[in-house]
Amino acid sequence: MVKVNGEFLDIAGKSVSEYLETADYDVKRIVVERNEEIVPKSQYDETVLCDEDVIEIVSFVGGG
Amino acid sequence: MWEAVKLIPEKDEWKKALEQRHGKELQERFSSATVAVCGLGGLGSNIAIALARAGVGKLILLDFDKVDVSNLHRQQYKAEQVGEFKTDALASNLKEIAPYIDIEAHTVRINEDNANGLLSDVDIICEAFDNAEAKAMLVNTVLETMPKKYLVAASGMAGLGSANSIKTRRITDRFYLCGDEVSDVKSEMSLVSARVMLCAAHQAHKVLQILANEF
Repeated sequence: MVKVNGEFLDIAGKSVSEYLETADYDVKRIVVERNEEIVPKSQYDETVLCDEDVIEIVSFVGGG
Repeated sequence: MWEAVKLIPEKDEWKKALEQRHGKELQERFSSATVAVCGLGGLGSNIAIALARAGVGKLILLDFDKVDVSNLHRQQYKAEQVGEFKTDALASNLKEIAPYIDIEAHTVRINEDNANGLLSDVDIICEAFDNAEAKAMLVNTVLETMPKKYLVAASGMAGLGSANSIKTRRITDRFYLCGDEVSDVKSEMSLVSARVMLCAAHQAHKVLQILANEF
């Protein structure tokens, strides 16, 4: 299982891009951390999620 | 006959007062720090004032925009400064508050290509933009290309929601996020001064905690 923002999901084996397509994220507004390390936007396609990965997706909203 | 000369405290007096408040060792950490404030709106102008008052040694101020009358409800500018670049106006206001602070101001729009050059000398970066895509761009760029820097970003502070829902969350050792993470300016009733100040205060406070090594 992969932990995404605190929730365990059965998505091991999918790439970051594949997971993001199934979830309701605006890719231009997010930052993806995998096991406390940034996943560069250029590597969303090739980064494959593994069992026990901890993923944190920060989704920014406007205002400042 | 003659104009009254307004005297301000001497530099030594200023330093001594800060040391009395914070202790000499902590004040030394604050005064030797360089902090970048990216975006000088409701968040950035308030962050900069809090850090200047706390005696942070050097601030790098970055914004491309000018002060508009619509900014005055939440941003730390004066009516007479409408039309000035925010970098110039805020630098002037900060110097009135904390005359011995070192300020470097860049009137520029930060992007993936220039961020590294602009932020290379700073210890801590505050993301204080208004636009969600710009926020994500800066945070991605800093985390990807400047992994040793501390980064304090903000998301979600619009509207009249509870003050208590504004929080600081640790994402990693070097990346902190302030705000409620949901109150989008597009869906809430715009930005309200005190709640934006709360979020800015969370950011400034996290900066001071990092400098104090207490976080």
